[in-house]
Amino acid sequence: MTLHGYLDHSVARFASKTAIREPGGAITYGELGELSDRLRNRLVHLGVRPGDRVGIYLGKSIDTVAVIFGILKTGAAYVPVDPTAPPTRNAYILNNCSVKVAVTEKRFEEALRRELAREGSTPALIVLDQVGGGDGLRGALRAAGAEAPAPATPSVYPDADALAYILYTSGSTGRPKGVILSHRNATSFVDWCSETFAPVPADVFSSHAPFHFDLSILDIYTPLKHGATLALIPEDVGKEPQKLAQLIHDTCITVWYSTPSILSLLVQYGKLETYDLSHIRTVLFAGEVFPIVHLKALHKILPKPRYFNLYGPTETNVCTFYELPPEIPVDRADPFPIGVVCSHLESTVVDEGGNDVPRGERGELCISGPSVTSGYWSLPEQTAKAYLDAGPHAVAGRWYKTGDIVTEAADGNYTYAGRKDRMVKKRGYRVELGEIESCLYRHPDIREAAVVALPDEALGMKVRAHLATRDGTRLSLIKLKAFCAQHLPVYMIPDVFSFHAELPKTSTEKTDYQTLMKME
Amino acid sequence: MEQQAIHDVVKKYILTEFLPGEDPDELTDDTPLVTTGILDSLATLKLVTFLEQKFNITVEAHEADIENLNTLALISRLVHGKL
Repeated sequence: MTLHGYLDHSVARFASKTAIREPGGAITYGELGELSDRLRNRLVHLGVRPGDRVGIYLGKSIDTVAVIFGILKTGAAYVPVDPTAPPTRNAYILNNCSVKVAVTEKRFEEALRRELAREGSTPALIVLDQVGGGDGLRGALRAAGAEAPAPATPSVYPDADALAYILYTSGSTGRPKGVILSHRNATSFVDWCSETFAPVPADVFSSHAPFHFDLSILDIYTPLKHGATLALIPEDVGKEPQKLAQLIHDTCITVWYSTPSILSLLVQYGKLETYDLSHIRTVLFAGEVFPIVHLKALHKILPKPRYFNLYGPTETNVCTFYELPPEIPVDRADPFPIGVVCSHLESTVVDEGGNDVPRGERGELCISGPSVTSGYWSLPEQTAKAYLDAGPHAVAGRWYKTGDIVTEAADGNYTYAGRKDRMVKKRGYRVELGEIESCLYRHPDIREAAVVALPDEALGMKVRAHLATRDGTRLSLIKLKAFCAQHLPVYMIPDVFSFHAELPKTSTEKTDYQTLMKME
Repeated sequence: MEQQAIHDVVKKYILTEFLPGEDPDELTDDTPLVTTGILDSLATLKLVTFLEQKFNITVEAHEADIENLNTLALISRLVHGKL
């Protein structure tokens, strides 16, 4: 099975039904099939072949979903970048996996061309005037067709193990790393979603997460597989609780999926209680721990839906899940478990030697099965390190080491207990503290930088940068934040900066993070 | 209230709440606030709540965006237009 096979199936059965809705626009299954066919023809005309990569640098829109399917239909893989991230970072990504073509918008074109040239990369660009309703893509294809028609070519249905998309996440070495995902990785997960959430054509699924974030895989493919409707939430609306609450109501969303951060904001600022939201049947959340106080408040306003805590890194997609009980005990103070392993996967908990730990003891959660990635783009060492290489499981199949420390309860539910390394979650995004440090070290006035993550009641997680400058003076916070914004996505910019004469060291002259955690 | 007076109140609030320890001269009328992460989504909500209470105005959901909140000058203009 391939991801675009899902769309073909729904186009054949539900041609005149609405596939995607967004503020100010909609597209039917028939139109989405036809528009993505036309992009496929154009991409093949530009030389895209099965196994190639094609970049997507677009605002979230119907056009973008059509572009995704157009790329998949050529047998190539799509590489979505964060349109709100610095162009430098995006050009690095597109060059890193050597995309043959990139589809972008006029507003990004100049900076992208400049940064790609700096990387020494010259992919062909398809430039849309703007996105919305599919019209930007239609316009660009019409203009290209007037110059040189692209002959119709059939869709390619590659082997299930062929590359389908690459999602770049924060990398500890200071550069983003690309997780490579095959059609099988994604379809095994989407088929599990079918089994677990029983989607029907009348459903309306939210699409809150951006397309470079792995929550988007459930959002896009689950509804489109079942002839349901995908309700796209643009980046700007997604961050504003009041607009978001209105949109959830107006588009009659039945299945919601997002990070807990945005649900927490909705509860506090969205005035949810002023709407009739009885159409919501299922609430899914993933990406970070949901602070229990906000979860209780949400459950009180919306007691009817089923609630699921989904857990899984990009490398496995969702691998464990937990359905909340219909009533949340008032005195519950701990977050809910991450749950039991999904039916298409296997799990185990190991110690540092790769040996199983007895039930109830802490260990690293490891996952095996069809949705587990084969590794990272062009990073053989990091790929090798990501899988169990010791203990009894090392020889029996491929076990991905999540880096998450868990304990298993008597009923088989796992509880999250922390991280093994320096990766943290902020607003559901993976943030490698090392990548922030690399950015700070590029600043000419900074001599030492160490970044720590601290729990924060309002934000969930606060990132504090401890700095020592060359001349011992404080730097302007505004200038520092503006500097970071040139290199990092906004969610990775430290919340707090502290200045010191020098940073504390351990006896072996390493940065003393334990002490830094306690310092102001 | 004059736009300058509004400007001063908002500037003081942003410095105290979101930029503790910053030299006030660094926060100019055109310093980008949203695109630099100085105002993240939670900070934006706090700022809007502050503006509504301090100036007794209502900021509509569609107004609480980057076009109206990215700089001190834009915020002051938004508030002034509502008084």
